[in-house]
Amino acid sequence: MAEKVLMKGNEAFAEAVIRGGVRFYFGYPITPQSEIPEFMSRELPKRGGKFLQAESELGAVNMAYGCGAAGGNAFISSSSPGIALMQEGMSFLCSAEVPLTILNASRGGPGIGSIQPGQADYFQVTRGGGNGDYRIPVFAPASIQEAIDILYDAPALADEWRNPVMILVDGLMGQMMEPVVLPEPKTPVTSADIPKLKPWAISGSEKGQRSVVKSLRLQPEVLEQHVEKLFEKYNRMEQELQKVECDSIEDAEVVFVAFGTMARLAREAMEILQSQGIKAGLIRPISLWPFPYYAFDALTDKTKVVISTELSMGQMIQDVQLGVKGRFPVKLIHRTGGMLPTSIEIVDKTKKILEEVR
Amino acid sequence: MKPVFEYTKGMTDAITSYCPGCTHGVAHRLIMETLDEMGLLGKAIGVAPIGCSVVAHQFMNVDMCESAHGRSPAIASGIRRVHPDKVVFTYQGDGDLASIGMGEIMHAAARGEKFSTFFINNCIYGMTGGQMAPTTLIGQRSTTSVDGRTREQAGMPLKMCEILSTLDGPSYIERVALDSPAHIRAAKKAVRKAIEYQLAGKGFTFVEFLSICPTNWGLTPPKAMEWLRENMIPYYPLGVYKDEEAQDNGDK
Amino acid sequence: MPKKQFKVVFNRERCKGCELCKSFCPKKLIEMDTQVNARGYCPAMMTDQTQCIGCQSCALVCPDGAIAIYEEE
Repeated sequence: MAEKVLMKGNEAFAEAVIRGGVRFYFGYPITPQSEIPEFMSRELPKRGGKFLQAESELGAVNMAYGCGAAGGNAFISSSSPGIALMQEGMSFLCSAEVPLTILNASRGGPGIGSIQPGQADYFQVTRGGGNGDYRIPVFAPASIQEAIDILYDAPALADEWRNPVMILVDGLMGQMMEPVVLPEPKTPVTSADIPKLKPWAISGSEKGQRSVVKSLRLQPEVLEQHVEKLFEKYNRMEQELQKVECDSIEDAEVVFVAFGTMARLAREAMEILQSQGIKAGLIRPISLWPFPYYAFDALTDKTKVVISTELSMGQMIQDVQLGVKGRFPVKLIHRTGGMLPTSIEIVDKTKKILEEVR
Repeated sequence: MKPVFEYTKGMTDAITSYCPGCTHGVAHRLIMETLDEMGLLGKAIGVAPIGCSVVAHQFMNVDMCESAHGRSPAIASGIRRVHPDKVVFTYQGDGDLASIGMGEIMHAAARGEKFSTFFINNCIYGMTGGQMAPTTLIGQRSTTSVDGRTREQAGMPLKMCEILSTLDGPSYIERVALDSPAHIRAAKKAVRKAIEYQLAGKGFTFVEFLSICPTNWGLTPPKAMEWLRENMIPYYPLGVYKDEEAQDNGDK
Repeated sequence: MPKKQFKVVFNRERCKGCELCKSFCPKKLIEMDTQVNARGYCPAMMTDQTQCIGCQSCALVCPDGAIAIYEEE
């Protein structure tokens, strides 16, 4: 059993993804994740990897596309406005079925916004952002350890599905320190392994077949077939990749739904309410796409209200409503712009909501 | 009978989708003939652009990927990191490279990325139907400059060989033309030099091909060749803009 | 020494009738057929093989890989 070490979020994320097999990083500085490119520039060359600072986020995602198309395990990281630029590439990667691990440290928006934690990019990351019908699995850990575990598995997951995979955190998680256990490093794929492991990758036709990585399909019937094939894959992802943590929901009168940093605050609020004799529970989606709708089926008639708690004006609430299917009223407790509510603030607002619905 | 000229096996059997007389076919062939002659078809990885040649991978008989508009140099930089022992090239048009992809090409060149870029300059956006390109000449008509491009309205056309040769990263830059058999022979030599320099581990190499777009210029292919000679070559002079080897020798 | 004899072979179906070969042939030996090929183009053809000097101009400018040249042995 490995030892516990105290690590800062951003460095732990970078270390985890290297241990997960990533050997290529492409990035462009943006707060609050710039320690990741800094860490990668120091660490990757020591471990036989390559670091390249891109001219822009557009450059970074396309370097990663080239790297992934060529069979390499690539990693990119950015934050909200940078992710917006990268989404051009993400659409291409999905269509061309090129694997990639992406970390998004989301911040306050819209526009250049603020650098404080935000969740107003929920639509951006779960509803596309780039053009066309595509899906990217998005995981939102609520602790550094959980982020490490997800990032460690992400390169293999991206390879398995031949699709990008995103991990959504925020600056608060990037900056805080927690005791963590780091997993054993995986053996990375070398260039010589690629023709055998990924015959579809562009590694030169001397491997015995010519490979073409593409997304253009000018004939509509051909494109339709391709998208339908992609959706067979996405449908399987929906079955296999849903992840959720539920706490005290069976007899809960009020159920919070929250992810990431907000889930930590909602959990505190839940515990305060419980200590005051109010039955509160928490549904914490870990996968935002695919959203764990099924978790809401476990709610009983004892539930009076479901509260989506978000660091946005209310985006995830639409998925919460889909999960609740009209069985209970759905309310919103939120702050935005990089502001965080205190747990007491959530408790007070919850009590007001309970008065309304009782 | 002894073959004197045959279609290279560097090209697939597919008939290209390009218009009659379009010199994309000539540029494709020169690159693929050179790779074939150097025994590199199995080691080559190409990046196709956005534009008419988005489908270049249907015709160039090597491993290839498509790119988003203008991003090929970034993509090639990524491929290079994974396969340092392969031959990597991008094939890009003037809108792709000199407009939307200006950031990517400048920085790849500045980094001295070890791949070759083959730049097709025909002074127009072909696939979208003849709009003004960053290289459209003053006075040249396009569907977004119907009375001819003016300096006042659109500025001056960009000279990519000259711009890139201000950087320290590139090792070889040459502008060639595809308007005559003699120039086409010279163009092939430039392609070979670019690939040789890449193999030797020198920096970024760049060959600009002055090309024709008979369809969007509204000229027959033979007339388009004349137009290239009379209008493009005076503004875009042919020649070697950078040659690291020649410079090294000159210093000695 | 006898004069070298060349044979220029046009691939009718690859030809798009652009006339570049015709315009660059120094001996003016290439004409366009009046019969269209399957894709609707009037392909190029040689009028007099015996006059060909084997300069390859036609093949060099051909964008469509429609021309092959052989030397008679």
